[in-house]
Amino acid sequence: MISLEPVAAPGAPLARRNPVAKLLAALLFSFVLVATLDPVAPAIAIAVELAVLPLFGVRYRVLARRAWPLLVSAVGIVVTLVLFAAERSGQLLVEAGPVVVTSGVLLTALGLVLRMFAVALPGVIVFATTDPTDLADALVQNAKAPARFAIGALAAFRLVPLLGQEWQAISMARRARGVDAGRNPVAKLRLFVSTAFALLVGAIRRGTRLAVAMDARGFDAGIARTVARRQRFTAVDALLVAGAVAVAAAALTTSIVLGTFRPLIG
Amino acid sequence: MVSGVTLRGFGWRHAGRKRWAVQGVDLRVERGERVLLLGPSGAGKSTLLAALAGLLPEDSGEQSGTVEIDGLDPRKARERVGIVFQDPESQLVMARCGDDVAFGLENRGVPSDEIWPRVDEALRRVGFPYHRDRPTAALSGGEQQRLALAGALALRPGLLLLDEPTANLDPAGAALVRSAIAGALDADTTLILVEHRVAEALPLVDRVVVLEAGGGVRADGTPEAVFDAYGDALAAEGVWVPGRTVPPRRAATTAGAALLTADRLGLRPRLAATDLTVRAGEALAVLGPNGAGKSTLALLLGGLLKPGTGTVTASTELAGRDASAPPHRWRAPALATRIGSVFQDPEHQFVTGTVFDELALGPRRTGRTEAEVDSTVDDLLDRLRLTALARANPYTLSGGEARRLSVATALATAPRLLICDEPTFGQDRRTWLELVDLFADLRDAGHGVVAVTHDAEFVAALADRQVTLTRPAPPGDGPAAQAGESS
Repeated sequence: MISLEPVAAPGAPLARRNPVAKLLAALLFSFVLVATLDPVAPAIAIAVELAVLPLFGVRYRVLARRAWPLLVSAVGIVVTLVLFAAERSGQLLVEAGPVVVTSGVLLTALGLVLRMFAVALPGVIVFATTDPTDLADALVQNAKAPARFAIGALAAFRLVPLLGQEWQAISMARRARGVDAGRNPVAKLRLFVSTAFALLVGAIRRGTRLAVAMDARGFDAGIARTVARRQRFTAVDALLVAGAVAVAAAALTTSIVLGTFRPLIG
Repeated sequence: MVSGVTLRGFGWRHAGRKRWAVQGVDLRVERGERVLLLGPSGAGKSTLLAALAGLLPEDSGEQSGTVEIDGLDPRKARERVGIVFQDPESQLVMARCGDDVAFGLENRGVPSDEIWPRVDEALRRVGFPYHRDRPTAALSGGEQQRLALAGALALRPGLLLLDEPTANLDPAGAALVRSAIAGALDADTTLILVEHRVAEALPLVDRVVVLEAGGGVRADGTPEAVFDAYGDALAAEGVWVPGRTVPPRRAATTAGAALLTADRLGLRPRLAATDLTVRAGEALAVLGPNGAGKSTLALLLGGLLKPGTGTVTASTELAGRDASAPPHRWRAPALATRIGSVFQDPEHQFVTGTVFDELALGPRRTGRTEAEVDSTVDDLLDRLRLTALARANPYTLSGGEARRLSVATALATAPRLLICDEPTFGQDRRTWLELVDLFADLRDAGHGVVAVTHDAEFVAALADRQVTLTRPAPPGDGPAAQAGESS
């Protein structure tokens, strides 16, 4: 199960930074790295990301657990390229029937895998160290996002874990009523679709009730909202964003200086 | 500031509906009064509260007459009114308790430095036992309703509306919420409470108003005056008038053959190993505190969950040649003709778009002819007073109607064994009595009935035997707890 709850030690120096600053830093950092296809810049970026991890209060083991979908994708990329790469340049390493592995293929796969990690890890780190409530608060207070959107999304987000229980309840209710699919794949698909539809209808009903309850407590009633939890965007937060851009630019520069730079466009 | 309410010939019809949800109500509630609002299912109590809370937008229906709070349209007097609804799960907004209470204060523009003192004050008023950082998801239903009450009180409403705040709670949770309401009320609050359980609500109110099913106000006065004059009529219509006991329906004959046997049946961490036998011609009540795994046991016996430990064995009496396989391995149509399950939340059970199709689904699935299906459905519609609703969407039914339909759907496939999870939760007296009679009739006709319940009166009226579950011990904490059994 992919979890989105924060897992960081809350006192860690960078975990405490403003959520908008963290989000912005992660976005800019990833954006710069997307510009190149070479393995050197992402490798530097990953090294930096792993080096600053303790400052975010995230343990390496915890990150590995969080990032397992990335590991799965990495294996997928390598396997796909080994089997289907069009260009099989470089030294021949393994030949087993139709499977031809060359150093060129491996290098391309390595570049793609590194790039994926370098781009995705900042996001994983941000969500692992940020409480959703704090993020919504900061989006409203520091990024001037409309409260209607940010707080509304936050309230909806709180209902997500209930969907798993609902799915189970709906499935059991159907079985109790004599509805099952047996081994017929078409019936299975139809049952899946109808269960999903019931889940959706239930979610809408629940969401509507929640919206009425929020309405009753004056949400989005046209009065200027005040804030109970103050989020501040300080000079240190600005520094975090600037630092992220600087590190990403340095990684890119190194790649250009070493001559490995391969622009995404052009 | 304490608020007063004036309704003159008030009525409301939701857009797209033929029937008026509430009609012809003339009522004046003075400042500081505490009113219990009663009326049969479908008399429009919830719609009336929604109107008072300003939650019926002008374009969402048609209004007749007037409704005023301190002389204002309720839609313009929203800051004077607080409301608590029935379902705890869908009225908490934030992940942490304190943040949830603060939510309304933020919306109303209360200055930031006043918010936390007011949150703490509101939590104190409802006797909230935890720190404000506690996750809302970690609260029990009763605690969540207390928190919802604190969220309403923090806004210092002049008028507090409570729409069946304890209907979805077990008795312990309901008592928790009532004591919070009693402790929180002060001279500055006018209260209007909708609640089926009159005896429990009476200590909170000084006036009773009864709505008429067809519109208007039937009775209005002190609880003594109203119940002296209208007690019998109200009881017949479903109001839980205090002091009226229900004659028990004991089994006519002794219990018959065993239908299901649970041997060391458990599912960690929800249910500790349990032994019990379910018999034909017997009503068995499963009792126990929250967290003891009663609902889990119902699902396991119902063949809907795979046992974690131990076994469920059906007798040949129940399952014929299939008795060699445990119920959770049976195909669904076979299961539905042997064991019927009624879920705690009726809405979970509905699969189709009309009441008729809902009842016809099981019989069609189990291969009956259309003529047989029609006669089964008509019979059930009639027995459970649903004939007029045959074309209605199940999701638009009132609580009592939805419960009756959910029981009827389980009966449609004529199972020998019926398993119900809290069938009487939040039901009015009339539906309650009908359920007792229905289950008693089934039992006397040789069916087995298992009811998971907190409802002591229901147990007293129906059960031939009781099983009390205890909370499972935490993992690795000695041998599993044993169920106690008594007759």
